Amino acid sequence: MHDIPTDTSFLEMMDILNEMLIEKGEEPVTFDHDCREGICGMCSLYVNGHPHGPATGATTCQLYMRRFKDGDTITVEPWRSAAFPVIKDLMVNRNAFDQIQQAGGYVSFQTGGAQDANAIPISKEAADEAMDSATCIGCGACVAACKNGSAMLFLSAKVSQFALLPQGKAEAKRRVKAMLAKMDELGFGNCTNTGACAAECPKNIKLSNIARLNREFLCAKCSD
Amino acid sequence: MEETKINAQPIDSKIPEGPIAEKWTNYKAHQKLVNPANKRKLDIIVVGTGLAGASAAATLGEMGFNVLNFCIQDSPRRAHSIAAQGGINAAKNYQNDGDSVYRLFYDTVKGGDYRAREANVYRLAEVSNNIIDQCVAQGVPFAREYGGLLANRSFGGAQVSRTFYAKGQTGQQLLLGAYSSLNRMIHAGKVKSYNRYEMHDVVIIDGRARGIIAKNLVTGKLERFAAHAVVIATGGYGNTYFLSTNAMGCNCSAAMACYRHGAYFANPAYVQIHPTCIPVHGDKQSKLTLMSESLRNDGRIWVPKNIEDAKKLQAGQIKGSDIPEEERDYYLERRYPAFGNLVPRDVASRAAKERCDKGYGVNNTGKAVFLDFSEAINRLGIDVIRQRYGNLFDMYEEITDVNPGELANEINGVKYYNPMMIYPAIHYTMGGIWVDYELQTSIKGLFAIGECNFSDHGANRLGASALMQGLADGYFVLPYTIQNYLSDQITVPHFSTDSPEFDAAEKKVQKNLDDLMAIQGKRSVDSIHKELGNVMWDYVGMARTKESLETALKKLKELRKEFETNLFIPGTQEGMNVELDKAFRLRDFITMGELIAYDALNRHESCGGHFREEHQTEEGEAKRDDENFFYVACWKYNGNDETAPTLIKEPLHYEGLASEGRSCHGWL
Repeated sequence: MHDIPTDTSFLEMMDILNEMLIEKGEEPVTFDHDCREGICGMCSLYVNGHPHGPATGATTCQLYMRRFKDGDTITVEPWRSAAFPVIKDLMVNRNAFDQIQQAGGYVSFQTGGAQDANAIPISKEAADEAMDSATCIGCGACVAACKNGSAMLFLSAKVSQFALLPQGKAEAKRRVKAMLAKMDELGFGNCTNTGACAAECPKNIKLSNIARLNREFLCAKCSD
Repeated sequence: MEETKINAQPIDSKIPEGPIAEKWTNYKAHQKLVNPANKRKLDIIVVGTGLAGASAAATLGEMGFNVLNFCIQDSPRRAHSIAAQGGINAAKNYQNDGDSVYRLFYDTVKGGDYRAREANVYRLAEVSNNIIDQCVAQGVPFAREYGGLLANRSFGGAQVSRTFYAKGQTGQQLLLGAYSSLNRMIHAGKVKSYNRYEMHDVVIIDGRARGIIAKNLVTGKLERFAAHAVVIATGGYGNTYFLSTNAMGCNCSAAMACYRHGAYFANPAYVQIHPTCIPVHGDKQSKLTLMSESLRNDGRIWVPKNIEDAKKLQAGQIKGSDIPEEERDYYLERRYPAFGNLVPRDVASRAAKERCDKGYGVNNTGKAVFLDFSEAINRLGIDVIRQRYGNLFDMYEEITDVNPGELANEINGVKYYNPMMIYPAIHYTMGGIWVDYELQTSIKGLFAIGECNFSDHGANRLGASALMQGLADGYFVLPYTIQNYLSDQITVPHFSTDSPEFDAAEKKVQKNLDDLMAIQGKRSVDSIHKELGNVMWDYVGMARTKESLETALKKLKELRKEFETNLFIPGTQEGMNVELDKAFRLRDFITMGELIAYDALNRHESCGGHFREEHQTEEGEAKRDDENFFYVACWKYNGNDETAPTLIKEPLHYEGLASEGRSCHGWL
């Protein structure tokens, strides 16, 4: 490709490529994208061997072409994981993530029955840490980065958020067992503590979430 | 120019009897309900999974209805509510600063420039507190004080701190909360979730909404879904302007499908423009990124005094930091000395456009102004400024490669730092499908919630009120009001999609797709969409005149012709075809663009997000005309996209508040 302005984002470069293809009467390259500000978790390109490309702490849509040199060859692939089958070109099916959440990623609480929001004080530290875990955008970069195709970082972020908050305590044991069982069932691999997931995570979700997940799981199993 | 047809038909907004503070209580006390055994006999379709859609689908599922929930994304969690940054308002008065339901109601009506329906806004303020309780119970990690209680921040348009937040990701956390409740109901089998499905039409049987035709975006096939009621929660129409802060997939096609079936579209001209976005850098840009409004607390907005300097900036011969203090025109401070850089959103936006239109723009496109921190950094030091805005500076640098905190020049002993460049962008649409007090459209059994309806923000939305409205509609309003409609539907058996009405609807949708594929012209969808965006921005944007709007309608007519004769969609209808899906949406954006222009042309006054240059005060402020325009403009479709719609007026009646003027001196 020629004449790509340096201020162009990686996905805008893909737009330009697609416009070129359409002009030639060819089909454009299909890829997932939506908010283009790093929060929806839709974009999912494996660029030059890294999920979301060479920038750290950023999604593909937050990657700008000035990161590359004139004449570079850029390799773009879809997420690589057995649990994320390719739909078309660079677009994959991440429905497995929804299924893991459906297995237990919630507080069983019915609309209308809540007590006053300030009835349970929660320490600022716990709330902030829960917020850090809850920042996960569910993009799947952790799975794509993992040599085992494990979803442990994704899963542990949700388990941690609820483990750190009093609202999540009542169902903690059931939740962690159900979510892990679902992850295994869906064909994700297991965790060998390599840490590639946390290194590539666009939202800097910490590896310590996995440690907390393991502890939650052990406690749950021990009390079986 | 065609004359706008005005229909004298009365409009029933179904506002309950009684004093404003008792209406909602009265309504709930006397409305019809559906008993638990009957709920499982009733099916409800909810289209959309943003804050309104997800919260409604989850709550209706919890109540026992069978819910079918659709989204165009690959997961319900990715709806664009996820990108909301600032926060959510509620009248909790946790800060003991005198807040109350009445005050939140008052601020919202006033912020909406007295063009909202009073009874709806009061109800919104009433349920705001339930939302915060609900979200905390779900485990939403709101910001907290050291004592463990919830923290608040203040926002524009209010004298109290009532905004709850989770870092700069409040929308994300609230949506994930609603998504978690939704997941619980999907797991329980009460909600069936259809991802990567797009609604193409609503099916009407005997005058009632009874289902939808949706396209499976992966297989490319059309599918039929039947239900006792249909709820549309598909967001706003900001992408009509091509460039906006909306996500790429945001579209108004579901709303347009309802409109074409006779659902009124209300107040389309009310579009909110946000003053501090990163400017357009060229014609390859796909979307605009919002920079927090808080930057205007310490940043000073300026353009050069001399047009020659502006030309040099546009040609890239000099930088902003090369221009000394005395050659800078801090035009907001000059024009609005009392408020300076902190004038309201619409005033700041229009002033930037005025300068750029006169040729003083500061980037290569001529459409940007400077937001400069030199004075604040020189006064407070870079450390203080970075503490306040560090993350925003980093974000700006990542996108533009310019670090606003970097010392760039020293002239006559004064230090100049790199200024940011900003420009206004389309952000939110207050108009939408008309709904009555029950959130039902003018078609029986068809409901609209969230940004997709017009109900609560009048002509302008206050910060942190969008999330409040989406969740109020979905958790606390619709699940009640829809029962008033469904109570007499319990004897209606589950619908079959095997009916002449479904056949006809699917055939019509299929024909539309066939027609799009058959055009086989030369232009891509995006190239026509960009042209639409330019017409909308230039003629139906921040400042409108009779002439500009008439020009827009003429150009949009030509653009529709271009679309219908010169569009090119590669590939086939088999499987996924992103270009075909975009073309389907673009056809509706063109119709939407015309609708905005018709409404703006009709409204001979300035209010909120709608500014007619003919109607301004001497200070350049919006001048309302309450005598002639104190009504909701409802537009009725006239059988085809080419004919002008008919205007139906819903007069506004204020009981709780008397309408008052708005100026920079009295307001904000």
